[in-house]
Amino acid sequence: MTTNLHLDRRVARRTVLRGAATAAAAAGTVGLFGASAFATPEKANEMMTKLLGGKTAKEGRVTLTMPQIAENGNTVPLTVSVDSPMTDKDYVKAVHILADGNPEPAVASFGFTPASGKAEVSTRMRMAKTQNILAVAEMSDGSAWMTKTEVKVTIGGCGG
Amino acid sequence: MSKARIRLPSTAKKGEVIEIKSLVNHAMESGQRKDSAGNPIPRKIINKMTCSFNGKEVMNATLHPGISANPYISFFVKVEESGTFEFAWTEDDGNVIKETAQITVG
Repeated sequence: MTTNLHLDRRVARRTVLRGAATAAAAAGTVGLFGASAFATPEKANEMMTKLLGGKTAKEGRVTLTMPQIAENGNTVPLTVSVDSPMTDKDYVKAVHILADGNPEPAVASFGFTPASGKAEVSTRMRMAKTQNILAVAEMSDGSAWMTKTEVKVTIGGCGG
Repeated sequence: MSKARIRLPSTAKKGEVIEIKSLVNHAMESGQRKDSAGNPIPRKIINKMTCSFNGKEVMNATLHPGISANPYISFFVKVEESGTFEFAWTEDDGNVIKETAQITVG
């Protein structure tokens, strides 16, 4: 009798636990979609694959120049340059800039032509917090190249 | 009203690669911010910029809210002949800001 009771109680405890876990998972999902979800390295990589049409980028040929420490995340200067002769046969088609800690992983995409002469572009971006910035180049021969740099941010630039 | 500013050399040699610097006065409202009452401020950014030379597109840019207010973009163009650069910035609501600049190649 005692043994039976003990068993019952154990079953009951397990059921309760399972119920609690499901509830917690549900709450987690709600939290994720309720709040403005930030990009993660996984999301940035997903976005990169999407922008490249399923291709993967190799490290190299792209230089991303940014400050190591950005005091103001509202405006962080950056320059991307790609090693390419920029001729009709061999040129950079596009450069994408991605951030893995901003509300949106995509920052900007630039399209070039052989008439660009030089595959280099400068702009200023917002950074919510310390994170990695990715620069990806798509070449006319179909290859893709990338580089990554970490920028430390003192004051985030997506405040509300 | 949004105002665009362009800086590029007025003259260049044939085949020279010149730098063009562009800046537009624009809040680039990201859609992430809230007003004092806590209501989200709707997104309004410039989502596209194009630069054409004598009618042919030489550079285009797709911008997301991660680009700072008053978007600054500098890039390079190889010039083979004299002509006109046409710049266009498209806002989320479809409004287009336009600017032109001349260059003499000789």
